[in-house]
Amino acid sequence: MIPFFLGEFYVGELGGVYIFAIAGVGLMLLVGYTGLISLGHAAFLGIGAYTNSVLLAQGVPFLITLPISGLFTAFCGVAIGLPTLRMSGLYLAIATLAFGSIVGTIFQKWSSVTGGFDGFAVPTPYVFGIPIEGANGVYYTSLAVLVFCIWLTANILRTPLGRAMVAIRDSEVSAQSMGINLAWYKSMAFAISAGMTGLAGALFAHYVRYLAPDAFEVLLSVQFVTIVFVGGLGSIHGAIFGAIFVRLLPQFIAIVRDDLPFNLGRTPGLEPALFGLILVLVILFQPMGIYGLWLKTRHWFQAFPFKRASGFRRQKSYAKSERLK
Amino acid sequence: MTLFKADDISVRFGGIRAVDSVSFEVNKGEVFSIIGPNGAGKTTIFNLISRIYNTTEGKLTFDGQDFTQTPPHKIAGMGIARTFQNIELFPNASLLQNLLIGRHCHAGTGLLAQMCFFPSARRDELRHRAKAEDVISFLGLERYRDTLIANLPYGVRKVVELGRALCTEPKLLLLDEPSSGLNVEETEGMGFWIEDIKKDLGITVIMVEHDMALVNQVSDRVMALNYGKVLAMGEPRAVQSHPEVVKAYLGGETEE
Repeated sequence: MIPFFLGEFYVGELGGVYIFAIAGVGLMLLVGYTGLISLGHAAFLGIGAYTNSVLLAQGVPFLITLPISGLFTAFCGVAIGLPTLRMSGLYLAIATLAFGSIVGTIFQKWSSVTGGFDGFAVPTPYVFGIPIEGANGVYYTSLAVLVFCIWLTANILRTPLGRAMVAIRDSEVSAQSMGINLAWYKSMAFAISAGMTGLAGALFAHYVRYLAPDAFEVLLSVQFVTIVFVGGLGSIHGAIFGAIFVRLLPQFIAIVRDDLPFNLGRTPGLEPALFGLILVLVILFQPMGIYGLWLKTRHWFQAFPFKRASGFRRQKSYAKSERLK
Repeated sequence: MTLFKADDISVRFGGIRAVDSVSFEVNKGEVFSIIGPNGAGKTTIFNLISRIYNTTEGKLTFDGQDFTQTPPHKIAGMGIARTFQNIELFPNASLLQNLLIGRHCHAGTGLLAQMCFFPSARRDELRHRAKAEDVISFLGLERYRDTLIANLPYGVRKVVELGRALCTEPKLLLLDEPSSGLNVEETEGMGFWIEDIKKDLGITVIMVEHDMALVNQVSDRVMALNYGKVLAMGEPRAVQSHPEVVKAYLGGETEE
């Protein structure tokens, strides 16, 4: 609906928010529900983007390239999930970080396919003869894929698959004793998470319209992790709140920048610094992120005349350091 | 009729023989207790049965089937459930979710069916939920159904862990110190539940326990261990008055 009464710029930005929300939902399954960390999701986004664009350039229709980029990225997710089965926390973060930079290098060096540093113009996709172009096209496609991913995630969470993920996050030893095959479910968590990020990547290609390897660097992975943490670990709402936040922060910085003193406003690296600072502050003071803040607000209104500070004390039990061990 | 049999099982960690040629049989419908001082190897035996540790030597048989090499995640499906000494629940999930995770070994639908929530997955979920509700009413946990485990008191968590094990519909239940950390009344309640589990549900129980009152209340047979070796086996009273057992608990030679 929004495209009817908002300008093209805002519709484009919202499309970007949806794309990041898709990746955020994917990463949420991995980090928030399975308790595995990944600093390599920018690579998955890139794999999805390049798969989609390269296939489109070969003349494969968009309705086929989109699922294929999801499936192929899911396959790559298993490829990183399997060798890291026994890793967790910091070690897994480093392993996925390394994976990310390997994939980044492949994007740069494999110029016959990816176009290397020169980049790659993404062809316009057609669905039933209708071109998907401009801000509106990306907006509606991303919205549809986002709804699909949320539906998938909601189903996962109410069936044995999602419960197995939660079980692995909370106690591997008893998960195993309950009949959960750790290797299988961890790989599946990686596959599904990577697959959704791959879908986001395919759409991201159309959002940026011109692929270059430097779009998929570590900072992007950190942004995804920020989505998950700032939004609130362990909730789908959180992934969406987080995506809104992460996409709108740079816009906010761009607007505020002009009013800041010249030296501060033009400082390079202001954006990554702010991301880092916010991530740290959220983990310290609001472990359940924006979603937690929302729950608190709702709780306050529900209990209105009887506001109790202790009403939300249970969030402390969500100590995030514990989650990431 | 023998349901479970451990045949000369041993496990070595480096130079230490934590369990040393232990053999015992558990009959169907029996409550079998394992007692012994700290470090005797009681929990190690449980970890061997759950296949968390590999047996160095020996053979484990359940229901006539050798499972010495079965991977640990298949044990629950065979019908062996366990609880842990220091509660291993899933603290950031609700009680109901914890019980439903206990149903995991009965999940009968494929991943695709689950992701798209096909009718088969829906039927499966309804079945699991009904079973979990049965267990909730058996253990009287209704009022905690949607509470996060992290917010439950210790005594209730102990019961939830028992419930989660029951959700797997086991034939053999391994209880690792069901009374540890419980007060006198809670321990008594636990004793009644173990009796109910044996009588009403017909589940065989192997229990590691330090509380001798509870051991006497519920056990049919007792095995005493020390330093990984069997000291005595038989009737609860007889085992407790066995001179070797007394020596192991009190230490040193008993001088008369």
